[in-house]
Amino acid sequence: MTLSEGTGLQTPAKPGPEPAPPGGRKRPWAGEAGESVTRNLVLVGVLVALIVIGAITQPELYGNSTWVWTNILSILQLASVVGVVTVGMTFVIIGGGIDLSVGAIVALAGVWCTTLATQSYGAGGMIFTALVVGVAVGLVNGLLISYGRLVPFIATLAMLVAARGLAAAISGKQTQISANTFINGIASTKILGIPVLVYILAAVAVAGWILLNRTTFGRRTVAVGGNPEAARLAGIDVKRHTMLLYGLSGLCCGIAAIMLTSQATSAQAAMGNLYELDAIAAAIIGGTLLSGGRGTIVGSILGVLIFATITNLFAINGLSTEAQNMVKGGIIVAAVLVQQFRFQSVTRLFSRT
Amino acid sequence: MTGAEQGGGDMTADNDHEVVLRLTDLVKTFPGVRALDGVQLEVRAGEVHCLLGQNGAGKSTLIKVLSGVHRPDSGTVEWLGQPVSFSNPQAAMKAGIATIYQELDLVDDLSVAENVFLGHEPRRLGFVRRGAMAERTRGILGSLGHEEIPARRMVHALQAAGKQVVSMARALSQEARLLIMDEPSAVLAHDEVENLFRIIRRLTARGIAVIYISHRLEEIREIGDRVTVLKDGRTTAANLSAAQTPTSELVSRMTGRTIEYVFPPRPDEPPAREELLRVRDLSRAGEFRDVSLSVAAGEIVGIAGLVGSGRSELLETIYGARRPDTGTVELAGKALRPGSVGSAVRAGMGMAPEERKSQALLLGEPIYRNMTLATFTGLARLGFTNARRERAESDRIAGSLDLRPLDVRRPVGTLSGGNQQKVVVGRWLLGDTRLLLLDEPTRGVDVGARAELYRVIRRLAAEGVGVLLVSSEVPEVLGLSDRVLVMREGRVVHQAPSTELDEDTVLDLVMAGSLMEGAPA
Repeated sequence: MTLSEGTGLQTPAKPGPEPAPPGGRKRPWAGEAGESVTRNLVLVGVLVALIVIGAITQPELYGNSTWVWTNILSILQLASVVGVVTVGMTFVIIGGGIDLSVGAIVALAGVWCTTLATQSYGAGGMIFTALVVGVAVGLVNGLLISYGRLVPFIATLAMLVAARGLAAAISGKQTQISANTFINGIASTKILGIPVLVYILAAVAVAGWILLNRTTFGRRTVAVGGNPEAARLAGIDVKRHTMLLYGLSGLCCGIAAIMLTSQATSAQAAMGNLYELDAIAAAIIGGTLLSGGRGTIVGSILGVLIFATITNLFAINGLSTEAQNMVKGGIIVAAVLVQQFRFQSVTRLFSRT
Repeated sequence: MTGAEQGGGDMTADNDHEVVLRLTDLVKTFPGVRALDGVQLEVRAGEVHCLLGQNGAGKSTLIKVLSGVHRPDSGTVEWLGQPVSFSNPQAAMKAGIATIYQELDLVDDLSVAENVFLGHEPRRLGFVRRGAMAERTRGILGSLGHEEIPARRMVHALQAAGKQVVSMARALSQEARLLIMDEPSAVLAHDEVENLFRIIRRLTARGIAVIYISHRLEEIREIGDRVTVLKDGRTTAANLSAAQTPTSELVSRMTGRTIEYVFPPRPDEPPAREELLRVRDLSRAGEFRDVSLSVAAGEIVGIAGLVGSGRSELLETIYGARRPDTGTVELAGKALRPGSVGSAVRAGMGMAPEERKSQALLLGEPIYRNMTLATFTGLARLGFTNARRERAESDRIAGSLDLRPLDVRRPVGTLSGGNQQKVVVGRWLLGDTRLLLLDEPTRGVDVGARAELYRVIRRLAAEGVGVLLVSSEVPEVLGLSDRVLVMREGRVVHQAPSTELDEDTVLDLVMAGSLMEGAPA
């Protein structure tokens, strides 16, 4: 048996999911999705625990049902923009890559769609521009990685720097105010009491879930990330698919750029800062394997919600963001440790000599 | 118990040397395979003891047991008169057994001296004494007759022959008393082999024992003192004289079968066949040259050759996984785009690659998704996959292959090697495969699953599928194929209907023709 093939950022060796021992107990949900269902239930448990902690620390606030509803909406709103980016990131990571440039793409798309020239085409022109810029930058990433054979880490790191530079150049380092009432209205409008941004996240997540689980594109993504050589020898165009994955991530960034611009009613080169870290962390907490081949949209969304809830929890308790970041770091480590222990069953740990 | 015979071993003059290593009834099993099944071996100080055997005879496993990589299931290893069991390679090395593998395990980006003393650097107060290390390295290289290799040169700047000398220096730096060399001449040019022999003679003159593994009989006759022959994990002859044992005896010790191969019968009358695959003058630098071959519909063509003869590379190039330097591949009269697997698959080719786990399977994914990996797009509608149909189709194929367990939702990683191979072959039964390329289809597959795979392959041929097969096991190539090509050093050196060949002839052709010449018979 060979050692794990290491490329760039990786979690340790990836054994297949532990098979149920022959004659072992059967879990009722242990179909093909059994593993991820269990993991996502754990994540839901973590989310509930966080809410309980909130209720214990701030009993007066949680006694007020109006406040609770408002707070839930603010958590969801907080999660919406990063959530959209995370869906794209999840695809890239399952496909065996990583995209460090997502925050920079959000900034570039945001700035580009709020230039005076673009704004003159109205809301449709702005949305179109943001999406096209996102997809185009993503495809450049993909081209460099697939056909230029750059390591994803390096290619997207370069893009992170370059795209933000371009965004600063376009905006002249100024904050560009959006004068478009439709764009600005997206973030402030509610339908049935729920902000439109949350609907957008839900729509992107559902579309992402269908794309991953029900389409040939999703199947190819898992194959390309799980065993690129096997995918190639089965006739899958691995390079083309890898390129498309980065394009998809760029598309998500374009959507996120519109959402963020709407929220701030403006755009600037520094927007979307460190989104790459939030998105990667959320995907990992959600059970996406950094070496590729496995991950779920539901898990990633839960990861985003957990992060947003922690931020909210610290905010309502008036605690510093410093402490908050330390806790987040700890949670990432814990999530990865839990994953490893899940995959190397206890027996295997003991059988080691 | 194993029919091992003490051949004319006492003919050699090593009787006065002490026995340093004695293996008795060594057994090692892996899931589905009995890799060592009663090995006897006796090595004396100062001799070159040659191990001879076909691929799969157990030589590699034996080396790994001796060097502490594997532990034997039963049997004894006696080293310098004491029974030992090495728990890891470091322990073996410390005891004085050094192994030089074919792929020399040196660190390319360290200097010669750093490699020689890697892990046991001369130290003072925790600091490496670089001067002393270089000095001692020069001394060792000098004792090997290679003082011209600079101790501070980076290893990646050396040729293969130079690296091999460094590996031997590394062994000497640890005061090895037994040196195991796995096909050391395979990486060397012809004139470099003489130099290797010179170094080996220097070592044996100092009382160091050498276990020398090679397929090349002429080398064994030149450098070897005694020969032990392995077959199917057993010692079939021990301590034969390397210089005087007749070639015919060595070959018969290597080939006399004990594993039962059950091959399905060939069709009596081969039907008039149309040509399916036509390969013309295919070449890839350093791998194979000017290969032309053809496969007809319904024909099974086998390629026999040693590891390194270019057979796997050839298969992958035909399939488009490697781009040829020159030459063309046509399937049913249509030229394929060079270096494009997609083009080959669309034209109706399928391949079961050599390394099942790393090249063919998504181990964590369910069986059915592995089976449909090449066809799920065709089963989908408007880009949406049709899991139900995929499972139904996979169920059908799994049933016909007698896959066990027959639950296509299970992760493929939970299956045995034989059943995993059925999944890989089954993948191509789902589509309209017209030509199937099989690279070592039965490696790591147990006997029962083997017979089933043979039946499947024969049945496919009967249905008109062309099969091009590569195997290290000569009986498999002969028993399964209609026609056999023999490859050696990147060229097709012989081809004939398999009925006109026998195992000895093929082995002879595969092993550089060395068995024909210069042997007293």
